[in-house]
Amino acid sequence: MPSSTEVVAQHSLQHHFANMEQQRESSTLGMWLFLVTEIMFFGGLFASYLVYRLLHPGAFEFGSEHMEFWLGTINTVILLCSSLTVALSVHAAQLGRNKIVAILLIITVLMGLGFLCIKGVEYHNHWVEGSFPGHWWHMDTSTLRGDDVSAAQLFFFIYFVMTGLHALHVFIGMVLLSFIAYFALKGHYTAEYHNPVHVSGLYWHFVDLVWIFLYPLLYLIAHKHA
Amino acid sequence: MATTAATVERENYLNAGYGLKSWLLTTDHKRIAILYLISITFMFFIGGFFATMIRLELLTPAGDLMTSDTYNKMFSMHGIVMVFFFLIPSIPAVLGNFLIPMMIGAKDLAFPRINLLSWYIYTVSAGMMIYVILNGGVDTGWTFYPPFSTTYSNTNVVIAGLAVFVNGFSSILTGLNFIVTLHRMRAPGLSWTRLPLFCWSHYATSVIQVLGTPVLAITLALVALERLFHIGIFDPKVGGDPVLFQHLFWFYSHPAVYIMILPSMAVMSEVITCFSRKRIFGYNFVALASIGIAVLGFLVWAHHMFVAGISVYAALVFSILSYFVAVPSAIKVFNWTATMYKGRIYLHTPMLYAFGFIGLFTMGGMTGLFLAALGIDVHVTDTYFVVAHFHFIMVGGAVMAYLSGIHFWWPKITGRMYPEAWGRIAAGLVFAGFNLTFLPQFVLGYVGMPRRYHAYAPEFQVLNVLSTAGASILALGYLLPLIYLLWSLRYGEIAGNNPWQAAGLEWTTASPPPTYNFEETPVVTWEAYNYDELPQEVPVAQ
Amino acid sequence: MALMVLTAFLSTINLGDWSTVVALAIAAAKALLVLLFFMHLRYESYKITAVVLFAGIFWMSILFVLSLTDYLTRGVTGAPGH
Repeated sequence: MPSSTEVVAQHSLQHHFANMEQQRESSTLGMWLFLVTEIMFFGGLFASYLVYRLLHPGAFEFGSEHMEFWLGTINTVILLCSSLTVALSVHAAQLGRNKIVAILLIITVLMGLGFLCIKGVEYHNHWVEGSFPGHWWHMDTSTLRGDDVSAAQLFFFIYFVMTGLHALHVFIGMVLLSFIAYFALKGHYTAEYHNPVHVSGLYWHFVDLVWIFLYPLLYLIAHKHA
Repeated sequence: MATTAATVERENYLNAGYGLKSWLLTTDHKRIAILYLISITFMFFIGGFFATMIRLELLTPAGDLMTSDTYNKMFSMHGIVMVFFFLIPSIPAVLGNFLIPMMIGAKDLAFPRINLLSWYIYTVSAGMMIYVILNGGVDTGWTFYPPFSTTYSNTNVVIAGLAVFVNGFSSILTGLNFIVTLHRMRAPGLSWTRLPLFCWSHYATSVIQVLGTPVLAITLALVALERLFHIGIFDPKVGGDPVLFQHLFWFYSHPAVYIMILPSMAVMSEVITCFSRKRIFGYNFVALASIGIAVLGFLVWAHHMFVAGISVYAALVFSILSYFVAVPSAIKVFNWTATMYKGRIYLHTPMLYAFGFIGLFTMGGMTGLFLAALGIDVHVTDTYFVVAHFHFIMVGGAVMAYLSGIHFWWPKITGRMYPEAWGRIAAGLVFAGFNLTFLPQFVLGYVGMPRRYHAYAPEFQVLNVLSTAGASILALGYLLPLIYLLWSLRYGEIAGNNPWQAAGLEWTTASPPPTYNFEETPVVTWEAYNYDELPQEVPVAQ
Repeated sequence: MALMVLTAFLSTINLGDWSTVVALAIAAAKALLVLLFFMHLRYESYKITAVVLFAGIFWMSILFVLSLTDYLTRGVTGAPGH
């Protein structure tokens, strides 16, 4: 992503690139590669989830029953809609309509904020319920038997680490999109030069993708819903 | 043509701006390579210090030089520093950074500022590691196994883990940069099949860096979380599994060894062709073998865990896969050897190191096959057999290739020749010292001396003394280049554009190259390793 | 685009023992739609982007599958420790 001083120049071709197309294709490929590293980063956590769910299915079902189904579902819808607004903003950027880009991105950021707030409410409820693992654990596990009693903590540990890491990425995405919105307001993007919008959008979509998989794995294990 | 007085100095990347700021804020890939060279050399000698401590303790069977706890710290920090702060960055960050844009006719890497960021991240992580060293060290081994690392160790596990975590991002960003550069920045006419094999190997390395390192990062983060918040992700008491850590850890750390060896192979392909004055034998096979190593290397990690408690069926699967991964490496060795056949061989320093590499890497690789056999592994795992095996590959292979590359491209990087006689002496010392150090260790391991122990049975002493003696020769062999390479910066013979008459775009520029590498973007119409079109004579220096 | 929001609701249906598989299938479908349309994977002129993405997913599955060779076969032989 170019620095603000470089964006000020009308033509933002960096000196080591032969032409804008090479620059654009490079930054796009670079972002996709970065997203692949993120896939592997979360992948380690998904692998841990896979293994422990295999070993302790009862504990995982118990944990999932204590998830707040409706809050999770609303969050899923929020993120999907925010992906939509981001996609629309990239489309607007292709048409050189900076104001629309900025507005759509600001809406996206607000949706991200909404997501985080709901997550905060969930975490608060978990805290009250006693499901923070380790020192703070005081959940009622009387319905569980054997290994599952202690393994319930495992579910919550994985839950907090995965959603916490995801929330961190949502926050980073919000900061990133805010910068892009700011530059858009300053009128820096044109139909020829708008790849930063595209590339930042890719990041946000990735954040959405992770949640698309987290949601069923964490919230939908139990057979009964509220 | 030796001269110490500078005549009219042409603009090059070294004199294009003086002062600390011009170096610390540079985006020139060549300057960043020099920054890396300084950092990793520093870390290499720190790792070497710990190695010295280890070998000194092991001179006598009793644990008399230090306590067992202190010894644990010695081998842990030797491993962490050497693996993460020397071997993994070494060739890619120094030679890869410097040469890849030049080899493809580009002005710089795809993301020069990210390249600089990579170096800063590396430096920060190295600073964290130095803090750990000064603050009492870490004793978990470079492998950080729980439950010791999460529960029972009393040392700086979290900070050491975080240092490696941060270091990983340096590796990831370098790999990302190389992949995009090789895809998008090749000069006109430079198709994939005309690329030097140096680039193919670095591409394969970068793929591993990008795909594997994040898993290490999250794994170490989990260890830190477990240690800080006493939450048992790997704790059997709450249903966790310490072996899960090992799966996640080795998923990265086995491919990591290919991150360390592939760039070495990259150097070999360039050096051997130049000093045999011949095109590489079987270009396509060598290129594909690099990719093959990268892919297959991800499928074998649990061969580090045969006795850790994995199921016997998993062990069988990983054992078979481990045999497969040896094949592409062997293909490369055959092809390098075939390249030399009927070639015109020159015995300059880089080539001496290359000979050492081929022999020692092959021995290290073959002993790896012994380890892949379940029956043998049960006997020799966690003994000095394994220690010897990986040092043959890492030191006899990777470090020798690194030195080979440094010497080969030294004239390009600095504009000066190193003193050839001293180069050859040092290469000989390294080879002799290395063999004396590590050959006895194969025997030691086979007769049962465990690794990571500071005391051992008295009957092992003779071999240990031989090993330590070898280590002292090896140390001398490493100190010599440090001295004469630095000496050559001021007093070395001025090198021309292409002192070795080597093939490759990097040799068509001045030595040292100008900041933007090429006056005009080259248009490539020739195949790689066009030695039939180049002079058969390699000018003999001095 | 409305399809996207619809699939979110689809995933809430209770389907008994297969619910995990179905839920993940729906998640995969959602993901594919996001990738192809929102992330413009369908319109990318360079094949390498799709290759890169596929590699990431494939590699993550290597981690899953080969780890499972251990976890799914523990205790199968009946020998102690295996």
